[in-house]
Amino acid sequence: MIEARGLSKRFQDKKRGEIRAVENVSFTCQPGKIYGLLGANGAGKTTTLRLLATILEPTDGTAVVCGHDVVEEPEKVRANVGFLSTATALYPRLTAEELVEYFGRLNGLDEPTLKKRVDDIFNRLDMNGFRDRRCDKLSTGMKQKTSIARTLVHDPPVMIFDEPTTGLDVMTARTIITFISDCRDRGKAIIFSTHIMSEVDRLCDRVGIIHDGTLLADGTVPELRTKYAEHNLEEIIVKVVGPLLKNSEA
Amino acid sequence: MNFRNVGIVYRKELTEWLRDRRTLISTVLVPLLAFPILMVGMTSLMTVMIGKAEKETAKVMIIHGEDSPRVVEKLGQVKDLEIVPYTDDWKKRISEKEIRAAVDVPKGFDSALAQGRALTVKIYFYQGEIKSSFGANHVEKFFDDYRDSVVSSRLSARNLPSDIIKPFEVKQENVAPPEKVSGAALGGLLGYMVILLSMTGAIYPAIDLTAGEKERGTMETILSSPLSRVDLVLGKFLLVLSASLSTAILAIISMGTSFYLAGNSGAMTQKDAAVFQLHIGFPAILSVFLMALPLAVLFASVLLTIALFAKSYKEAQSYLTPLTFIVVIPAVASLLPGFDLNPKLALVPILSTSLVCKEIVAGTFHWNYILLILLSSSVYAAAGLFIAVKMFQRESVLFRS
Repeated sequence: MIEARGLSKRFQDKKRGEIRAVENVSFTCQPGKIYGLLGANGAGKTTTLRLLATILEPTDGTAVVCGHDVVEEPEKVRANVGFLSTATALYPRLTAEELVEYFGRLNGLDEPTLKKRVDDIFNRLDMNGFRDRRCDKLSTGMKQKTSIARTLVHDPPVMIFDEPTTGLDVMTARTIITFISDCRDRGKAIIFSTHIMSEVDRLCDRVGIIHDGTLLADGTVPELRTKYAEHNLEEIIVKVVGPLLKNSEA
Repeated sequence: MNFRNVGIVYRKELTEWLRDRRTLISTVLVPLLAFPILMVGMTSLMTVMIGKAEKETAKVMIIHGEDSPRVVEKLGQVKDLEIVPYTDDWKKRISEKEIRAAVDVPKGFDSALAQGRALTVKIYFYQGEIKSSFGANHVEKFFDDYRDSVVSSRLSARNLPSDIIKPFEVKQENVAPPEKVSGAALGGLLGYMVILLSMTGAIYPAIDLTAGEKERGTMETILSSPLSRVDLVLGKFLLVLSASLSTAILAIISMGTSFYLAGNSGAMTQKDAAVFQLHIGFPAILSVFLMALPLAVLFASVLLTIALFAKSYKEAQSYLTPLTFIVVIPAVASLLPGFDLNPKLALVPILSTSLVCKEIVAGTFHWNYILLILLSSSVYAAAGLFIAVKMFQRESVLFRS
């Protein structure tokens, strides 16, 4: 389970002064559920996900992932999380297999378990054809599959995806979406940020709309549709964020 | 700290490093080939140039000398010289390498010699031009021999023994053992090379493992694993240190082999070849590496820290290249004659190590200085590593944009 409790992150910028990237964000995601984090570019989605994955440390507030506090036990949190984003690239000079094995070892797997797990994932994701190929020689789709294998190798109960389908072709994006859905079916708690509303419709059990670092709306998709009297998710976002945009323009 | 994780990171970095053509060229190929190419190139060029210059019959012009046919005739008989007719532009012709030298035989030289009056013979040549020097040397040797024969005939005319003008001989004898001689001559270079190469060998891996990772987008990938940042930086640091030391070791092996081959190739005279005979024992080389080890640790951690601060490969390169000069200056200073160790200098990083290495190679072991330098450079190295670990924990550095 994931529970964000008043998460805040502020950065210092020489020119712009203090930047409030995330401000007092709280939400919960249960095992076997997908929580969609929606918002414009720069709204604070990536920072929130980085805070949950303990890549960044919160300025205020905290989050608990699988019973571990992100501030107190960041390494234990990471051992329970599979994190995939557009910024998590692959080591170009390692083969797909070496890369997945590397992360398996870092996650404390012993060699027999690691071998079994790697074989299983490579079979499941149909990756045996490029097992020994260096990552810099892989196609975008192969790279994405290798990244997925990397996040799955230690079988974490929590998955965090930051815009995982951005820039991918239809077929590769489809593989990712199927994979995320598969993770839910296996009982994992999933947090997922995206710009693509069809993915939200298809995958998310619960949605949070974030703007300027603040979580403005949080609920199941039907709840939000009822609350804002709109069926279209894009329109709901406009209704939630729109007044703030007008205020800031005024 | 988890040793298993440090080992995993190190093994992975080593695999990637060995597959990177760019770093392999700079840390393995260049140090391995630089010396043989330099030495073979230099010695063969030297041999060819000197051999050619020595074989040449030097064209020499005689200034004046019309009233001294005896000396002019004798000069004309020297087999390495070709006397060319006098022209007023002799200076220009030396400069333009048409003739190698000119000799000014003073007016009335023959008659002055007969009367026992001393005159000065001037030889004009072009300094720095090897063929001109050889020509001038031939002329000078002729006049030296001629003077000796004149002295001998004057002495015998007066029935005096030849040692009357040379009552005793003076001769210098070397008592220093061979390792001390080579230590003073070329041995100083060993410490300097080890220091400089352990720095240059670390530059590319340090950039590749930090700014390179940022640029390739793999930094966030590794930060999302349960690996602690201390283990991450230590694994990376060990790889940079390995690269640094292997560069230095390869270069020293290459340097030793090149010097050995150059000294034994037979292309040089025995005197010249002796310069290349390094009598440095294995214990001395090992001691130099031991002294340079804390310095290599310092270089690896400082380079990692600075390169991590950079956002890209290029930015890191522009930060690290000037650092080479900071290392070169004290290392070169230690090679200057008369620059000796004292308690204050023993605390100056790089300079102290270079100075003590020079002494070790020359066979002198000042244990108090060795311990002081080992201690001080270990403290600097530990501080450097501590800063590197701290930098890897700073979000503002890791995610600098």
